[in-house]
Amino acid sequence: MAAPTRTQWRKAGARTGHFGILAAFVGFLAFPFYWMLITTFKETRDLLNPDNNPFLFNDPPTLEHLRVLFFDTLYVQWLINTTIVGVLVVGITLLLAIPAGYALARITGVWGQQLGIGIFLTYLVPPTILFIPFSRVISLLNLQDTIWSLVLVYPSFTVPFCTWLMMGFFKAIPRDLEESAMVDGCSRLEAFVRIVVPISIAGILTVVIFSFTLVTQEFVYALTFITSSRELTVSVGVPTFLVRGDVYFWGSLMAACFIASVPTAILYNLFVDRFIAGFTMGAIK
Amino acid sequence: MTSITASTAPTSLWHRLTRLGDREQVLAWLMLSPAVLFIVVLVGTPFLLALFYSLSNVTVGSTEMAFVGLSNFEAITANPTFWRSLGNTFLFTFVSQALVVVLAKVLAMALMKDFRGKWLVRLLVILPWVAPISLGSIGWLWIFDSIYSVLNWGLHQMGWLDPEARLFWLGREDLAMGSIITVHVWRMLPLATIILLAGLSAIPADLHDAAAIDGARFWRHLFQINLPLVMPIMLVAVLFGMVFTFTDMIVIFILTRGGPYDSTQMLASLAYFTGIDGGDLAEGAAISLFLFPLLVVVAVVMLSVAKRSEVT
Repeated sequence: MAAPTRTQWRKAGARTGHFGILAAFVGFLAFPFYWMLITTFKETRDLLNPDNNPFLFNDPPTLEHLRVLFFDTLYVQWLINTTIVGVLVVGITLLLAIPAGYALARITGVWGQQLGIGIFLTYLVPPTILFIPFSRVISLLNLQDTIWSLVLVYPSFTVPFCTWLMMGFFKAIPRDLEESAMVDGCSRLEAFVRIVVPISIAGILTVVIFSFTLVTQEFVYALTFITSSRELTVSVGVPTFLVRGDVYFWGSLMAACFIASVPTAILYNLFVDRFIAGFTMGAIK
Repeated sequence: MTSITASTAPTSLWHRLTRLGDREQVLAWLMLSPAVLFIVVLVGTPFLLALFYSLSNVTVGSTEMAFVGLSNFEAITANPTFWRSLGNTFLFTFVSQALVVVLAKVLAMALMKDFRGKWLVRLLVILPWVAPISLGSIGWLWIFDSIYSVLNWGLHQMGWLDPEARLFWLGREDLAMGSIITVHVWRMLPLATIILLAGLSAIPADLHDAAAIDGARFWRHLFQINLPLVMPIMLVAVLFGMVFTFTDMIVIFILTRGGPYDSTQMLASLAYFTGIDGGDLAEGAAISLFLFPLLVVVAVVMLSVAKRSEVT
């Protein structure tokens, strides 16, 4: 083999550099999750000895933290609450966003576009402006301390963005499809239900995943509306009720974070390009 | 045309179709109005209430309230904590977004190349954005722990930190702000990267080829072709990042609760601690309204971006 030429050196250098950059970024971004995972299986006395190498198992791995998490805390209840709220909010979101997205895509004329952008922009109004008045309205409605308050309020941030997403999907479906169905005697509504909705399943799934992840991420409203531990969702229950006084049960805490984070992330990853198309408001074609 | 057909051959089919044509706008409104109503009621009403509360003396638990004019705003602006929080919010937003833009550009360019295991890298990179941020912050709380911090351990091993010394990551004013910014960069970087990646992939390949033929090297290519073309997309990424950073209170709430000595207090967290923890809804609402002007600016810029992309 001949000695490597200059270009070969340069290529090898570029490859190493590329690898190094990626490794540094992945290290930074994924490290906390790796840390959650490794902490989950370590003995508490191993965790709480500052002389131990924290990257190694100085004591044999243990499942004790998982046992505590699932049997001695309300974690399972929080997962159930999150799922119930998630399913109901997804349902409400679909009921409102699918017809609205279709109407914006097809039927209303020129200023339908304006209205669509207006709806999209309400997604940017953050919970941190609305949570204070909401807290009072919720207590006037006697919904404080129940997950129903969340079911009522969460669609306020899922519906705007999902309407926008659905509008994008419906615009991509050729009008001829519905029009030929309408020539065959369907009404516009029938054409929508029988033709358009079934071929938009990918879009609908995107909305389902997106709304569900928004529900699992939400923190401010749940923190404000709910005080009793049984009614909480995972994102608030773990940081507020798994910490007792000043005592942190790091093993169980990290297990709780890891379990609630990673599965939805994997699901989300499958649809990420569609969300980005929505976020960029069609600025990328 | 349909009306002529309908009048000459009034079969039930044509009849229904023409009538539908008339009612199409009605149908559109029927489909649109539930969502619009819902948004108006659930976003508009609380927003107006926030305006109203900020001019009243409403507190948690009391049923009475009275109109007090601008006295909440006078109280807020007389409070040095408010000014400190306002300054912190701007510092925190601009520093973290500046870092996010630069890092996202580097990472997106690295992800443009093809390599084995790309899907896995993408999945790992996007994790911080998808995982609930309150739980991600708890992970960081453990990493920043005052005694068992893995960072301190690493610094000790490298010999960069005296074996007896510990850095209180969340307990020292400068380090606390740095930690908060780090976590926010960690959280927002994935979204910006993926948005930029979409923008980069949309650049036609022949542009790169033409530049290569003309002998453009890396930096020239970056500044004269690559960056100008992804600018609009980068703007979108930055705007989203600014809104999410400026209005966030979750990271603060979990990591520092605004401390030490309000050195990491932000507008949103101050509004929470005043309005909900302190029970002074009126003053909390008034503080949170200071978040609004930035949102208006962002909305206006977004609209102009959207308009430009429609034209082209």
